[in-house]
Amino acid sequence: MADETRPTTAPSTEAAPTSERPDRGERRPPRSGPGGPGGRGEGPGGRKYFRRKKVCKFCVEKIEAINYKDIRLLAQFVAESGKIVPRRLSGVCTPHQRRLSSAIKQARNIALLPFAGRAS
Amino acid sequence: MNRTYELMFIVRPDMAEEDQDKLISTLESVVTSSSGQVKNVERMGKRRLAYKVRKFHDGIYILLTLEGSGSVIHELERRLRVTEPVIKFLTVRIDEEQKRLDKIKAIRDARRKTSVAAPAAEPTSETPAATA
Repeated sequence: MADETRPTTAPSTEAAPTSERPDRGERRPPRSGPGGPGGRGEGPGGRKYFRRKKVCKFCVEKIEAINYKDIRLLAQFVAESGKIVPRRLSGVCTPHQRRLSSAIKQARNIALLPFAGRAS
Repeated sequence: MNRTYELMFIVRPDMAEEDQDKLISTLESVVTSSSGQVKNVERMGKRRLAYKVRKFHDGIYILLTLEGSGSVIHELERRLRVTEPVIKFLTVRIDEEQKRLDKIKAIRDARRKTSVAAPAAEPTSETPAATA
C-alpha cells in the first residue's frame, strides 16, 4: 500500500521537502526497520528508503579477463573527463578494481583511452 | 626461461603496407634469432588515437604475440625505439594472467561437474564409512 502512494507523493517531496512530513508519519510504521537508520536513502529526490545495493559487474557477470584491448568494457569505468570511476561510485570490488585500473592505465599508454578529456 | 608477451605498437598512418610487412618480418627475425617464437601477428588496422602522438591523430595498430625471454623484449623495444615510423609501443606479459584465467576456468568447470555429479557421489562416499 505504501508502494501505491509513493509515485504520487514523490513529485511533491521533490518540490517541497517540508510537505513530506505528514505523509511520512503515516508511512513510517510499516517499515520502520530499514527506514530508521537509513536516512541517507531518502536524500536524493525523496525516493525510497533503500538504495539499490551496488554490485561488482565483474563478479556478477563472471568477467575475469580484464584486458587493456577491451575498450568497450573499460570505457564503462572511465568518466567523461577521462578519470577512472572510483569504487564507491561504480561498486566494483577491490580485486577487480585493481585489475581494472591497471588495464585502463595500459590502454591509456597505447592511446586507446585518453589520459584526460574525451577521446579526440 | 620463456615467457609470453604481447607487443602492441602503433605505426604512423601513412606507412605503406609493404613497409609494415618488412618491419614485422625484421622483428620476427629478431625474435627467432634469440630462440623465441612469434605466435601470432594481428593487424588491428587504422584507428583513431585517443590523444595526439607525435602530431598524429590516427595510427595503424599492430599486435604481436610472442614467446621468449626478457632479453628478446629488450632488443625488440630498442629496435622499435629507433624505428622512425613507430610512434608508440607497449609490451605486456600475459602468461601469468593466462595461467590465472586457466585456473579460474578449471575451478569453475570442476564446480559445475561436482554439482552435477553430487547426487551420484553421495552414496559411494557413504559405503566406505559403513564398512569401516
